[in-house]
Amino acid sequence: MTFTRRETLALGLGAAALSVLPIHARAATWDELIAEFTGGAAMADTGITLTAPEIAENGNTVPIDVAAPGATAIMVLATGNPTPPVATFNFGPLAASQAASTRIRLAKTQDLIAIAKLADGSFAKAQATVKVTIGGCGG
Amino acid sequence: MASGVKPRVKVPKTAAAGEAVVIKTLISHEMESGQRKDKEGKVIPRSIINRFTCDFNGQNVIDVTLEPAISTNPYFQFEATVPETGEFVFTWHDDDGSVYEDKQSITVG
Repeated sequence: MTFTRRETLALGLGAAALSVLPIHARAATWDELIAEFTGGAAMADTGITLTAPEIAENGNTVPIDVAAPGATAIMVLATGNPTPPVATFNFGPLAASQAASTRIRLAKTQDLIAIAKLADGSFAKAQATVKVTIGGCGG
Repeated sequence: MASGVKPRVKVPKTAAAGEAVVIKTLISHEMESGQRKDKEGKVIPRSIINRFTCDFNGQNVIDVTLEPAISTNPYFQFEATVPETGEFVFTWHDDDGSVYEDKQSITVG
């Protein structure tokens, strides 16, 4: 297979565009997101629980469970995903407990972080490491 | 992309006043993350549900912001307080602007 000069140029341009794109498409990094959520406030290590499996065979559906009694909002981040934010739970007046379960995607073995905004304005953080056998981002 | 979207919600039929009930919701949706590529190597555009809410008689129970990292067929389980007989309203907001809604009534005996 031979390429003309024009095709080679076009290929090169395409490759350059591809290599630049992810940087622009990428959302803010997870520590920036934490800073945005907490406003830079310190985070306690207690008052929130994050339950995730130690080993997830399938990164496409990883069951997680967050609970933070008295929280108004809980943010979940996956530090190793192409886009770190996972979900933000806001609890209304009729929420019986500040807890929720869902299923998430994880691209690779990584740390999960959950941050709760408590009613008194303070923040609490929990972290869990999940080993992922098959990534959930469809390479 | 939003074809065959079907919400399923599990709410008890009856409860005592002020009781906490467990609610489970599931909606069939692809949740295309915008990260995957098709056979030609082109990125498949993102198409997800970006917000889920649950209200009871006009009062909010939970309001969730969803990101592409939520699995296909988003599932949520949470607890709600039921002060009186009424109706739960669940809404899912799609990236394409559609809103899917489901309602479940509960009787306080």
